[in-house]
Amino acid sequence: MGYLLRRIGFYAFTAWAAITINFFLPRLIPGDPVQALIARSRGQLDANAIQSLYILFGLDTDTGIVEQYFDYIGQLFRGDLGLSFTFFPTPVSEVLSDSLPWTLGLVGITTVISFLLGTFMGVLAGWWRGSWADMLMPVTTFLSSIPYFWLGLIAITLLADAGGAFPSSGGYDPGVVPSWDMDFVWSAVYHSLLPAITILISSMSGWVLSMRNMMLTVSSEDYITVAHAKGLSERRVMIGYAARNALLPNVSGFALSLGLIVGGTLLVEIVFSYPGVGFQLFQAVGAKDYPLVQGIFLIITLSVLVANLFADLIYLLLDPRTRKEG
Amino acid sequence: MSDPVLEIRNLDVNYGLGDEAVHAVRDVSLTLHRGEVLGLAGESGSGKSTLAYGMLRLLPPPGVITGGQVLYHPRDGEPLDLMTLSTANLRRFRWSEISIVFQGAMNSLNPVHTIAAQLCDVIAAHEPRTSRAAQRARAKDLLKLVGINADRLNSYPHQLSGGMRQRVMIAMALALEPRVVVMDEPTTALDVVMQRQILAQLVELRERIGFSVLFITHDLSLLVEFSDRIAIMYGGRIVESAPAQDLYRESLHPYSDGLLHSFPALRGPRRELTGIPGSPPDLRAMPSGCAFHPRCPKAFEPCADRSPVLAAPPGTSSATDNRTVACWLHAVERVNT
Amino acid sequence: MALPTAEVMTAVPPAAPTPTRKRRRPRFLGNRKARIGMVLFGFFVLLAIFGPMLAPYDPGERGDQLLASPNGDHWFGTTHLGQDLFSQMLDGSRSVMLVGLIAGVVATVLGVLIGVTSGYLSGLGSESLSALSNVFLVIPALPLILIITLSLPDTNDMTIALVIGCTSWAWGARVLRAQTLSLRRRDYVEAARATGESTWRIIGFEILPNLTAVIAASFIGTVIFAVLSEITLAFIGVPGVSEWNWGAILFWAQSQQALAQGAWWWFVPPGLAIALLGTGLALLNFGIDEYVNPRLRSSAGTKVRGVKMRVGFTPVLSGKGDST
Repeated sequence: MGYLLRRIGFYAFTAWAAITINFFLPRLIPGDPVQALIARSRGQLDANAIQSLYILFGLDTDTGIVEQYFDYIGQLFRGDLGLSFTFFPTPVSEVLSDSLPWTLGLVGITTVISFLLGTFMGVLAGWWRGSWADMLMPVTTFLSSIPYFWLGLIAITLLADAGGAFPSSGGYDPGVVPSWDMDFVWSAVYHSLLPAITILISSMSGWVLSMRNMMLTVSSEDYITVAHAKGLSERRVMIGYAARNALLPNVSGFALSLGLIVGGTLLVEIVFSYPGVGFQLFQAVGAKDYPLVQGIFLIITLSVLVANLFADLIYLLLDPRTRKEG
Repeated sequence: MSDPVLEIRNLDVNYGLGDEAVHAVRDVSLTLHRGEVLGLAGESGSGKSTLAYGMLRLLPPPGVITGGQVLYHPRDGEPLDLMTLSTANLRRFRWSEISIVFQGAMNSLNPVHTIAAQLCDVIAAHEPRTSRAAQRARAKDLLKLVGINADRLNSYPHQLSGGMRQRVMIAMALALEPRVVVMDEPTTALDVVMQRQILAQLVELRERIGFSVLFITHDLSLLVEFSDRIAIMYGGRIVESAPAQDLYRESLHPYSDGLLHSFPALRGPRRELTGIPGSPPDLRAMPSGCAFHPRCPKAFEPCADRSPVLAAPPGTSSATDNRTVACWLHAVERVNT
Repeated sequence: MALPTAEVMTAVPPAAPTPTRKRRRPRFLGNRKARIGMVLFGFFVLLAIFGPMLAPYDPGERGDQLLASPNGDHWFGTTHLGQDLFSQMLDGSRSVMLVGLIAGVVATVLGVLIGVTSGYLSGLGSESLSALSNVFLVIPALPLILIITLSLPDTNDMTIALVIGCTSWAWGARVLRAQTLSLRRRDYVEAARATGESTWRIIGFEILPNLTAVIAASFIGTVIFAVLSEITLAFIGVPGVSEWNWGAILFWAQSQQALAQGAWWWFVPPGLAIALLGTGLALLNFGIDEYVNPRLRSSAGTKVRGVKMRVGFTPVLSGKGDST
């Protein structure tokens, strides 16, 4: 379990680093950070908003920076992320708790599906080279180079607008009341289909490619030749020997690149006006809602860290070498 | 001499296709008899491993077999040519008739499965009706056979030492009681003490179970000690083949002689270690004539121009002495061809 | 966003060629993928240099044709203000390439410094540098870039390029660290150390030259990431990005409801241009990957001159035997 403890320690450290970045960034700017923000928002901030900024940055009281820092961390532990300008005077934490489930549902589930599906296709593409799988590579490359949000625009044009089969915006039908009944759940699933497909198409190709390359690399290992020499069935060699080993680096790659992927997928929400964190980020940037942007940064970082921990657990189950002594 | 189990006839193996092809094995014929240990020696790059993998069609790309036959003589029935077997038949044939112990013990085992799983899957693949419990019992017996405690069954490869892993590989090779076991430098990665232990165990197992062994190594003195017959490869060809003791007493090919003087003998009188000057030939640019002539201390007039033929040396008969050599020093007719 | 696949690959040291299997290393540009990638990349570099000069209109100038579909006057159509989209695209190419390349250079320099140092040194310093790269890897990049740019008092293309560069070096550092670790144990490096060569000399003359391909791959990977990031920033409306950056064009298309009005010409060209640029860079990287990792270009499984190469079943060319 030493391995797991070390990973947890690392994530705790990363979370602390993110919080510290959040604390110091506005303070690194010369002058009064609140005044700078006021200047940039060109008079859109009212007096209350300004006051809440001073409180968030700990500038309302005359305390030293160390004390401010501990106050800030204390606030965070109480779930206090300051007040949002856009939705003034709603606390940022409340705004986030409304939007986070949508994002976790959409981005979380599709990312996992995309990894599983892409990995599976990568296994086939790596094992049967020279078949249809290789024809897929140029398409895959092209798809992975497209910004996710742009693909969303295209998807809306082709599939949602002008009598298309899918709704083009929102998380659910305006007609239904959010609750855990069939109508609402169906409506939510239906609305999430197109954004989910968009994310799937553009993020899957990366996994196909990396798994294919890992399969090629693993295929020349000695134990694969041994497996062939043993006369094992094609499926056993492909799955139990090649794919099983190629999966390991792909899982750790998954954990490491989550931070990169999530940034891209979040923005798909923008084009679909999906009521998640990504769309809120868009609104917050538009309104120069600094506390909300900070809160979103923290919450996304924490989510990614938790996801990473899960990926580590899975890696632990998959690789006996880490299980033993780490 | 007993019946042949495996006959390699005029095997040619290339790396690559067309003009870029490198001829790694050329026109090699070799016969393995029942119960025999046949040693195959040569420097690295001589084509000995390529020959072993090629005859089982296990060579990775870009290896291709461009000619020849590999005939396997089953206990009863007609000989099979491995080169013409279908994929499915080849899969069935492998391991149940011929198994291999590979060079790198470290990488031969799948790191993510237990020893038990890897011993059982080969049994399950070839004898699908065996119950799981029976498979495990067999796996336990196999480990015992090579002197590993049964409680190691659930270990993963990384939990075993190099010597143990190699023994697991030997146990695995014997799992289906094949008639031929190919060993490709099975002990090179191990220390000398471990080498001795494993080889001794192998000799004992062979006597008990009675399989034939094709033993590949660069260490000729090792072969002299415990193989029945030895074939020497150079530049993709067999240059000499003889009963082990004959070869040791009087090697005919200057290359064999050089090899014998490259390793300290394990037993018997000391020999002077001289080694062989120069380095193995580049397969892409083989010397003309006899491939060994640029390094040969005894090279003379025909060597650079014409390639000698592998044949019984003068004064012997292939029927009784069972030795052949490809060298102009021992050619029956030096002038022709 | 494109995953830098090089990371996973290079975790495995390049396969040592088996003795009988000497093959000539194909020259990098002999690779078809690399060639196509080079052509695409070159095209966009030229576009960035000459594009703004070639623009037929002032990209901000308003015209009479409002929201016109592509026609003879306006090849790519116009915006709701009658601005020429073709000119906007040409003008924006410079900002896109400039930010991408500057961020790529900054990130690569940081990645080389941190990666190679932490790979070459040992002990606490090495471990903490490695932990630092992991922290930067795990923290979601885009939100981090966002909060940094938003807290800066003044942003322009240059500062945005620097922010992207300073936050996206971690992939490269990780790959380079792994490579350096394996190089450090090679004989010639050990030998150089044993003869008392200075650390910087060893790094400069023995290690860096062997990392060229990996450094190039990580540079290209970062450029891909930087281009996508800046376009994304512009698309969300972060202030300071050049006015006609392709992301900014998309921002205007989005905010003016180009989609609802059926003005596909407004958002299709920027996206396609980004995709083409990204594809070109990705192809270049595949070329490098295959150059570094010979296993990827092995002909396993492919048909060469009618012969199917397959791991585990060596084809037989002669006789009546069928190979499969």
